[in-house]
Amino acid sequence: MDIQEYFSLVFSDYTLRTITLGTAILGAVTGMLGSFAVLRKQSLLGDAISHAALPGIAIAFLITGAKDSNTLLFGALISGLIGTFWIRGIITKTHLKSDTALGLILSLFFGFGMLLLTFIQKQPNANQAGLDKYLFGQAATLVVSDVWMMAIVTGLCLLVMLTFWKEFKILLFDADYTKTLGFNTKFIDILITSFIVLAIVLGLQTVGVVLMSAMLLAPAAAARQWTNSLSVMVFLAAIFGAFSGVLGTAISASQNNLSTGPVIVLVASVFVVFSFIFSPSRGLLFKQLRFIKNRRDLQLHKTLAFMHQIAATHEDISHPHAIKLLNSFQGYTKSTLQKLVDKDYVQLQGNMWSLTKIGFETAANLYTKQTTEDE
Amino acid sequence: MKKIAVKVDDLTVAYNYKPVLWDIDLEIPEGVLMAIVGPNGAGKSTLIKAILGILKPIAGSVSIYGKSYEKQRQLVAYVPQKGSVDWDFPTTALDVVKMGTYGSLGWIKRPGQKEKKAALEALEKVGMLAFKNRQISQLSGGQQQRIFLARALVQNASIYFMDEPFQGVDATTEIAIINILKELRKAGKTVIVVHHDLQTVPEYFDWVTFLNVKKIATGPVKDIFNDDNLTKTYGINYKVSIQE
Ligand SMILES: Nc1ncnc2c1ncn2[C@@H]1O[C@H](COP(=O)(O)OP(=O)(O)OP(=O)(O)O)[C@@H](O)[C@H]1O
Ligand SMILES: [Mg+2]
Repeated sequence: MDIQEYFSLVFSDYTLRTITLGTAILGAVTGMLGSFAVLRKQSLLGDAISHAALPGIAIAFLITGAKDSNTLLFGALISGLIGTFWIRGIITKTHLKSDTALGLILSLFFGFGMLLLTFIQKQPNANQAGLDKYLFGQAATLVVSDVWMMAIVTGLCLLVMLTFWKEFKILLFDADYTKTLGFNTKFIDILITSFIVLAIVLGLQTVGVVLMSAMLLAPAAAARQWTNSLSVMVFLAAIFGAFSGVLGTAISASQNNLSTGPVIVLVASVFVVFSFIFSPSRGLLFKQLRFIKNRRDLQLHKTLAFMHQIAATHEDISHPHAIKLLNSFQGYTKSTLQKLVDKDYVQLQGNMWSLTKIGFETAANLYTKQTTEDE
Repeated sequence: MKKIAVKVDDLTVAYNYKPVLWDIDLEIPEGVLMAIVGPNGAGKSTLIKAILGILKPIAGSVSIYGKSYEKQRQLVAYVPQKGSVDWDFPTTALDVVKMGTYGSLGWIKRPGQKEKKAALEALEKVGMLAFKNRQISQLSGGQQQRIFLARALVQNASIYFMDEPFQGVDATTEIAIINILKELRKAGKTVIVVHHDLQTVPEYFDWVTFLNVKKIATGPVKDIFNDDNLTKTYGINYKVSIQE
């Protein structure tokens, strides 16, 4: 199947449609919530939570013997939440740095989870095969009820986000100040974090423990490059996330053997790389271009200012001077002179130059210009 | 006798085991413009944070006009140290100033026209109206400081706590800010400012508190701003640290 075939099939093929819808919704909700994690500088949080969810899956299986995703993910949710609150506890009680606490919980829970998985695999029970899909995810196992679950959580998340938008925003920007205004910052924080946990747990089946945090971070990091508004950033992150989901599913479906989760993460990473290079205001490319342009402008301005100095000594501003005069000036080149001519600032006659009226005025105003160009 | 705006009793604060503030008693009369001075690490920021309930003290209590801080919150505004937030946050100057209205709005309700108007007025007061739509990362340090000041002004409080509002601002901005503070005092408000430039204390402030883990002295500038207290606050510690 190639990509074209995929897109013609996606509307008719039931399984394909379910998977595509699932990954799209998942991408949207993780992108949205990821924005909050990124802005709180809690990039590691997603990683810690997803790894902390692993023992929950194993324990849920050991207790119930069931393999249906809802039971297992419920286990993941519980252990993810426990991990998160331990992290909070460690940070507030011991004054360890937050990345230390995150790293600690991450390795502790993941190690324990792996231990349980190996233990389960050694059991003489044919039923256990497939638990390791939660390590790297297996989008193909998504069924309609999973997608419904994702849609409900996403809707809930959207509702809460819109309701508490103002509170989320101020907490993200300045938590101490928020506290002095009388807001219960702990409540807001727990609300945000709980939704992050929920979104991560929902993604485990599709993307897996190991790569889940990339789903959280990549769309948000990419979105941050394109805007200076929080609402636009959250919106863009959701779009990027959803596109990563759809494109990733399309690519993996058309290349038979590629597993979906890693491909989705790769597509999201492409968004990031693209954004870091091509974003107009923050991207590397335009920064470099602006730098080159500024340097050129500066040379131009310096030359013009120098000419202005010479011209200002004469009554007649358009009095011609020898081009030779400019050779002693550092910033001068033939091409800068040509550019000044092109801009009508300077006139050439043989090997003489003279300033035009606009040229003279521009030069006179060069360094007195105010820099508040807003509005 | 003036009313007491802020009263601190036996306040002790510790981050780890060793207290960074020891048994502080402090009475700040209404309507003063007070400087808190002391060397780096003296606990000035910590004192403000403990008074504002950002930090939990291990002992002691704070009252605002005779009642607990929790009950009087709306009377108090805070200007944090500029470096305490990430200025690359995706938002504009106007938006940050609007945050000053969130407290009176309470939960869920969004700022509307009224709040916007108040924010614009505050921006105007600090001379930043032209920058209202600027992304905050594209403001200079002194401009960011003025945005924080405007955010506190919007709160229309009775008591202002400011942590180093003059940090990294040029002479012109400093004068502009101190004029705003003096205006606040004229309007009967109490303004408490962490201040590092000892030279300007007598010129700017009428009240001063010397702090270095313990409270060294507090009172009118003309009575207690002298070498004796300065040595007690800065000098002795300085000698001790050289001996070590
Ligand atoms: N979050 C923290 N965790 C542990 N110790 C802290 C913390 N914040 C401050 N301290 C310590 O508490 C003491 C007082 O700090 P504080 O920030 O109140 O000083 P300050 O007087 O405001 O100093 P500065 O003039 O440098 O702003 C210092 O010794 C500092 O190292
Ligand atoms: Mg301080």
